Amino acid sequence: MSGKKTNIIEISELNKWYGDFHALKNINLNIKEGEIIVVCGPSGSGKSTLIRCVNFLEKFQEGSILVSGTELTDDAQKIRKIRSEVSMVFQHFNLFPHLTIVDNLTLAPIWVHNETKQEAREKALKLLDRVGIKDQAEKYPNQLSGGQQQRVAIARSLCTNPKIMLFDEPTSALDPEMISEVLDVMIELAREGITMICVTHEMGFARKVANRIIFMDDGQIVEENDPENFFNNAESDRLQLFLNQILTH
Amino acid sequence: MPVFDQQETRKPPISQIGAVLWLKTNLFSSWINSILTFASLYLLYIMIPPLLNWMIFDASFSFGTINFFGFEIKFSEEMATNDNCGRVGACWPYIYEKLYMYTYGFYPRTETWRPNTVFALTGLLFVIVPLVKNYKYKNRVTLSLIILYPLISYVLIAGGFGLLTPVATDQWGGLLLTLIIASVGIIVSFPIGVLLALGRQSNLKVIKLFSTLFIEFIRAVPLITILFMASFVLPLFLESGNYFDKLLRALIGIALFQAAYFAEVVRGGLQAIPRGQYEAADAIGLSYFQKNVLIILPQALKISIPNIVGSSISLFKDTTLVLIIGLFDMLAMVNLTSNDPYWLGRETEGFVFVTMVMWAILYTMSRYSRKLELRFNTENKN
Repeated sequence: MSGKKTNIIEISELNKWYGDFHALKNINLNIKEGEIIVVCGPSGSGKSTLIRCVNFLEKFQEGSILVSGTELTDDAQKIRKIRSEVSMVFQHFNLFPHLTIVDNLTLAPIWVHNETKQEAREKALKLLDRVGIKDQAEKYPNQLSGGQQQRVAIARSLCTNPKIMLFDEPTSALDPEMISEVLDVMIELAREGITMICVTHEMGFARKVANRIIFMDDGQIVEENDPENFFNNAESDRLQLFLNQILTH
Repeated sequence: MPVFDQQETRKPPISQIGAVLWLKTNLFSSWINSILTFASLYLLYIMIPPLLNWMIFDASFSFGTINFFGFEIKFSEEMATNDNCGRVGACWPYIYEKLYMYTYGFYPRTETWRPNTVFALTGLLFVIVPLVKNYKYKNRVTLSLIILYPLISYVLIAGGFGLLTPVATDQWGGLLLTLIIASVGIIVSFPIGVLLALGRQSNLKVIKLFSTLFIEFIRAVPLITILFMASFVLPLFLESGNYFDKLLRALIGIALFQAAYFAEVVRGGLQAIPRGQYEAADAIGLSYFQKNVLIILPQALKISIPNIVGSSISLFKDTTLVLIIGLFDMLAMVNLTSNDPYWLGRETEGFVFVTMVMWAILYTMSRYSRKLELRFNTENKN
């Protein structure tokens, strides 16, 4: 990555509490356009909370987040604007079970981006073709396997031409033999230059495509580094311990 | 040496299927169950034959003339009277004679075609709506039906507007009135109920408080009280010039009552929707309104169909309470006509008849709900 690219996400002094629990502690993070960031860490370390703050699914109490120059506040207009540029893929897919696959995809383009049904449908079919499930377009989500559903979910989030994609443990709820089909799609996306923040434990994926890997523990960013140094020259004992635990098997 | 033998797919053993097995598992699975089975059979044995004797074998059918939806059908030249019928069995000619009252109340006999047209339109509606399911403009057709149907029905039944002779609401009665009260009650209260349910889930404290108070107040009060309030107490607060129709007051009371119940039913549905659906809808940038109309409500209402229909069926039955405030629905008509001095002691026939009509309507409603459930079930569609 060249250093000249502008920051698309600027997080500074971010603090979040759930009741009394201090979930995010003083997070500072800048992400450049086109960067691929992988966030990892033990469960409860605040990784999901962090990326859910970026599209304001979680409110935060202190600090600021700028997404392509717009500051996140309670203002519903601004939130909708940011959400139209940032899309999210969830652990449990969260497809809309009452709509067909293609209707799942065209919903946001039609209702949020004012595209015609015709345009939206054509684009949706193209995207489904890209993730390899065009022939399932008229089915309902529950007729598909987990891996297929997650690929539909990725296609759905691509439908609005987002600048940034957030992945919240996209492979954690999948059967082992379906993980690679989803990762293949994500790797392909990463190579196309879209900005991605992925919370994941797929270290192979991280090594292959990440520009930076961030390790979080106890609500803080403990360490961030490029893949090479992240895996081979861990600075903190905490990261070393974590890597030992997940890489030894 | 083969490690793996491909097994053939076989039918289940014969002892696992068939009528004897069904009897054994369902009726005689244990000795308690066997006793209950025999007890039930005995109860049916002592109840069914006398009932059939009264209703059919000892009953009188063929005297006089029946007025069926305004059409005269003659059974015999002989006039139907109380004496023509025996005292042992049912006297159905009594029903023939009162059928007009049961169906239309005091609606003028010269204008019967108007409620009949509404009945026919209603039937047609149930035929048309499923037919246009795959039609290109089905949304437009359905929407125009939703708007036109009540308007046309109102004009036909009430008259006025310089088109038809006005028929005042105190002349409406019988099945006609029952259907009007039930359908208006259900249709008007449903959107209010949905709004109240959303209001109760809202983040806006004032709306939440108002919805909760309204629902909990109404649900803690019997329908009779609300009907009394609407009928007798409300006019006390209005200036004498502002008197408005008794039926309208009852309808408002019933709609508000039913709205509170629908609100709780829909809230149950809303609570069954996983949080992920809200988050996904938020994440793709839908507004609050779009999120609810496009994502949450279609799923929540679908889950609630059995309870919505159940609640509607309760309301349909509760409409019989309007007798208390002097409206003559089908059941009230039976009461009223049983005072006829020429037909003393025949109210049993009336009540049995009304029971059968009610059962036919409500059973159809509950079957229809099952059909709706299956039609909207995309979760397990294969």
